[in-house]
Amino acid sequence: MIRDTSLSSKLWIRAVWIFVGFFILNLFAMIGSVVTSSFATRWLGTWFPAGWTTRWYSSAWSEFQLQDVLLVTFEVVGAVVVISGLLGVTAAYALARRDFAGKKIIMLVILLPLIVPPITFGIPLATVLYQTGFAGTFWGVVAANLVPTVPFVILVMIPFIEQIDPRLEAAARVFGANTFKLFVHVLMPLLLPGILAALLLVLVRTIAMFELTFLVAGPTSQTLVVALYYAVFAAGVRAVQSIDAMAVVYMVTTLVWLIIALRFVNPTQIVTRAKQQPAH
Amino acid sequence: MTMTVLAEKQIIESGPSLHQRLAARGFDAVTLLVIPAFALLALLFVYPFAYGLILSFEPKAGSAWSNYQRFFTDPYLYTTIWKTLLLSVPVTVLNLVVSLPVAFRVRLMYRQRLLTTILVVPITLGTVLIAEGLLNYLGPQGWFNRTLIAVGLIDHPLRLVHNYWGVFASLLINGFPFTFLLVLSYVTGIDPALEQAAATLGANARQRFTSVFLPILMPGLAITFCLSFVQAFSVFPSAVLLGEPAGQTRVISIAAYQAAFEEYDYSMASAIAMIMGIVQLAIVLGMMATRGLFYRGPVAGTKG
Repeated sequence: MIRDTSLSSKLWIRAVWIFVGFFILNLFAMIGSVVTSSFATRWLGTWFPAGWTTRWYSSAWSEFQLQDVLLVTFEVVGAVVVISGLLGVTAAYALARRDFAGKKIIMLVILLPLIVPPITFGIPLATVLYQTGFAGTFWGVVAANLVPTVPFVILVMIPFIEQIDPRLEAAARVFGANTFKLFVHVLMPLLLPGILAALLLVLVRTIAMFELTFLVAGPTSQTLVVALYYAVFAAGVRAVQSIDAMAVVYMVTTLVWLIIALRFVNPTQIVTRAKQQPAH
Repeated sequence: MTMTVLAEKQIIESGPSLHQRLAARGFDAVTLLVIPAFALLALLFVYPFAYGLILSFEPKAGSAWSNYQRFFTDPYLYTTIWKTLLLSVPVTVLNLVVSLPVAFRVRLMYRQRLLTTILVVPITLGTVLIAEGLLNYLGPQGWFNRTLIAVGLIDHPLRLVHNYWGVFASLLINGFPFTFLLVLSYVTGIDPALEQAAATLGANARQRFTSVFLPILMPGLAITFCLSFVQAFSVFPSAVLLGEPAGQTRVISIAAYQAAFEEYDYSMASAIAMIMGIVQLAIVLGMMATRGLFYRGPVAGTKG
């Protein structure tokens, strides 16, 4: 590390940290105002509410049918995690171990759903799902959510699989393991940390995936984030505190899984998708 | 001995089996594992896109191009491109410009994890929750306006929600952490020895940044710009909830959504989605073209 001790560089460093502090302060204040409002009896024109209550949680629970919504959310997320894990890990294994003609095209098809924003491909996808009658159903929502998650699992898993010495697999083959046994007894234990990380990230992303679920879901297949959108959209119909209570439920659901996920992954992985390869 | 020679000769003449030839080109049972995932993406991504493209040329009425004609002649529709660009380009540039110095500071930190964890929170919570939070926080009675009044900066509350600035703020809160974490991963990938070498040769901080770091970072910054821009350009929930969805922040995704789910004109909606994709592609290709002008290669020092 090189130390600059001139006045201008000190000022510059101070300015950078003030900006970071300002950003984080606003972020926490924004979250804090939602939480405060959800516990407020009446909050108009003052710094803090007049009194505190937890009744908005029970009213939000019944008004928004949160029990059903949470159940659907976890069913959708569970299905997405399992299916994208199965399809993603097997495809990642093939792509990490074999070089074949047309691999570049397959990689392009895998990369595109991660680069193209959900709303752009969501509208044609929703059109197709509505015409086949899948939209509005549970499996329609799962199918739509698989489009970004399967490529995500593949991209996270490829570097993990590349790290495993192919000689281990060769040794297992020599001792007579077939492909299935190879996966279960050799690859799975070695890949488990990677799979866990990838699937936890899929879980967090699917709980928060608004656009695709919104375009495809029907009244019985809404996830929590879509229900929250409709509640905010129809603000005025219900008490603000009730909506905020629901927002807190959503925050807790997401952040619990985020905290679990962060035990296994580096935060930058949530953004950069695949592990950074060494530059040389 | 002659037997083995003959047998070998036979093998050479008949050549390897089809199975062996395919395996030599990388096709065997393992390769087939890629098929389920690829089939799913072909069915749920490639096919809908192709279908949407064809559908956009089969309008409810008029000639094949009439959807596109309608889009580019109706000011209520074509101005959405401009409105979306007016939001997404400044936000992306601002996020990038601010991320760079912050990433340069954070790379020197020993405990980056706490900061990166805090910054992952808004990305994880998503745009809907941030929209709801900002409605409270930036509203006329919210803490932000209260603080500004208490400090004495303003006399009466600023109007920060249900207009351009509400959406701008939500794109900043969502986009800055995303951009920053991407930039950080590029910045920390550069070997510190390069900077030390430059310092040894007498380069000051500004010179080290402009002639050592910036050229190395340019390709990464171009990619970051593209990814952040594409995210910002497809802004939807916050433009509806925090913006003015009938006016100032009627972004292109709102137009596409309304065509599909309010007018039930899937053909027009597909056309708008295609236009949205083309604008994104044009900006991304433009950025990638400039990437070729910059240095690309190893960023780690090697022992010559």
